[in-house]
Amino acid sequence: MPPGGGGPMKDCEYSQISTHSSSPMESPHKKKKIAARRKWEVFPGRNKFFCNGRIMMARQTGVFYLTLILILVTSGLFFAFDCPYLAVKITPAIPVVGGILFFFVMGTLLRTSFSDPGVLPRATPDEAADLERQIDIANGTSSGGYRPPPRTKEVIINGQTVKLKYCFTCKIFRPPRASHCSLCDNCVERFDHHCPWVGNCVGKRNYRFFYMFILSLSFLTVFIFAFVITHVTLRSQQAGFLNALKDSPASVLEAVVCFFSVWSIVGLSGFHTYLISSNQTTNEDIKGSWSNKRGKENYNPYSYGNIFTNCCVALCGPISPSLIDRRGYIQPDTPQPAAPSNGMAAYGATQSQSDMAAATPLLQSEPSLTSDELHLPGKPGLGTPCASLTLGQPTPPSSMPNLAAEATLTDILPLKEEHVGHQFLTPEEAPSPPGMLVGSPLAHSRTVHVLGLASQDSLHEDSVRGLVKLSSV
Amino acid sequence: MATEVHNLQELRRSASLATKVFIQRDYSDGTICQFQTKFPPELDSRIERQLFEETVKTLNSFYAEAEKIGGSSYLEGCLACATAYFIFLCMETHYEKVLKKISRYIQEQNEKIFAPRGLLLTDPVERGMRVIEISIYEDRCSSGSSSSGSSSGSGSSSGGGGGAGGR
Repeated sequence: MPPGGGGPMKDCEYSQISTHSSSPMESPHKKKKIAARRKWEVFPGRNKFFCNGRIMMARQTGVFYLTLILILVTSGLFFAFDCPYLAVKITPAIPVVGGILFFFVMGTLLRTSFSDPGVLPRATPDEAADLERQIDIANGTSSGGYRPPPRTKEVIINGQTVKLKYCFTCKIFRPPRASHCSLCDNCVERFDHHCPWVGNCVGKRNYRFFYMFILSLSFLTVFIFAFVITHVTLRSQQAGFLNALKDSPASVLEAVVCFFSVWSIVGLSGFHTYLISSNQTTNEDIKGSWSNKRGKENYNPYSYGNIFTNCCVALCGPISPSLIDRRGYIQPDTPQPAAPSNGMAAYGATQSQSDMAAATPLLQSEPSLTSDELHLPGKPGLGTPCASLTLGQPTPPSSMPNLAAEATLTDILPLKEEHVGHQFLTPEEAPSPPGMLVGSPLAHSRTVHVLGLASQDSLHEDSVRGLVKLSSV
Repeated sequence: MATEVHNLQELRRSASLATKVFIQRDYSDGTICQFQTKFPPELDSRIERQLFEETVKTLNSFYAEAEKIGGSSYLEGCLACATAYFIFLCMETHYEKVLKKISRYIQEQNEKIFAPRGLLLTDPVERGMRVIEISIYEDRCSSGSSSSGSSSGSGSSSGGGGGAGGR
């Protein structure tokens, strides 16, 4: 599967360096434990993963099953009760065409639902710290105020000024066209919308699947509707209308389902055809980002200026690879994304690789704290080193606030006491490799820093800031 | 090859990480993946401006190749669409092929140019294509490599020497 395609590639290219760099000093037991854990298990967003990370969906999937059942039941009834009659009376091409359409619809639906919509991985602690530093430089010394200035960055794209907003959860300036999905808690590239019907966000990587899904579904619905009407008409010519309904009661159900769904589906595919031809996203269209009402000079900088090219690029352009590498293994010295939804990340301005490696054994002896938030219910949590791997060296200046993931703050605070208790393992207790003890004095003071009660205050402050941000959206 | 890989590990082990420099994306041509070629001042005494710019420009040209819109990408897209995108279960996209090329190129550049100067490039795909991360390692050869580096002391000392010369 291509979303996982990034995984094997990186396994072979990178593990070569990074595993070798630490393997000579590690006990084989430790290595095995780390190698068994894949990145999707510590993924910070609110997503569901199946088949060992191959399949990725939003957390709420109830409506997706409704979609699936509606399509399966309606098509099933059509093939079981209408097709035999139609194949004999009109042409056997009807079930064939219907079958092809049905498989196309199912293929594109599953593709849309199960693939990565283009999630941007969260910033590593180093990258986040670097951005904070840049923001502080840009804002001057006004960090003492209660409400910091809005964090935006302006870039010029094809002559149009575009504001990039800072994402407090992902700790990045969202790239142009990206947006944070509040349901999945991820920044998604070229975010279109979150579609509960397919149980996933629709973004850069699955938009074409989504479009082909609704387009083929509207064809399938019209097809079924038309031939169900034909079937009932033919029967009623023979035996009267009421007898026809009595002979094939399933047709009535199909006709009702198709009648009510055809309008919305055809309308939606029409709307998305318009969006594709003008190279806009639903998100931009709703906000009116490029509408003329905002000013004469306002135009869509992403459009190729030609309907045909826009369609081709959206539907047949190159497919970008998944950036989150769900199936990749967690490397002990690979920095994990900042603030994995529990807001415990302390930003170190610098972070030595050996320090990270020394921190790892410490984590294996402690129970998984974040597993409740990160793992599927019912799946055995393997423990998540992610949270503590982000603990940097204790050098966050006061101008680098510890920004928590605003959405999950309420879940975190009760857990905090417990978390603090577990952090009391000092690095000396952990079996750190001899060559890596160079980082240990620093590691020790890091623990102290994490325990500081001040961090709770900063957590609170950030929750306020998060609320302000949410209300301004 | 093996010794060069060793050189990189040696660098990681024997030198401590001082800072990291992030080369940000350049969005002026839209959302296609391009990085700024502006030379970061932190690398001033470490690497020649020309070498750095050459590397970033080469990377940019690779990404431009990956995202190129033209006959072959349309053909690939149409073929995939015709099979209801099931073909991607067994076929690698053009983009993925180029990414492999990029990671090979980065490794090669690391071994040839960056590691001897105490620098290390990270493949942008590991950072969500947002940044090129350049780790700057401080030279700590005297204490680090004498204890741990015995097998490939030559690689490590040459790397450390480069770093020391730059400082």
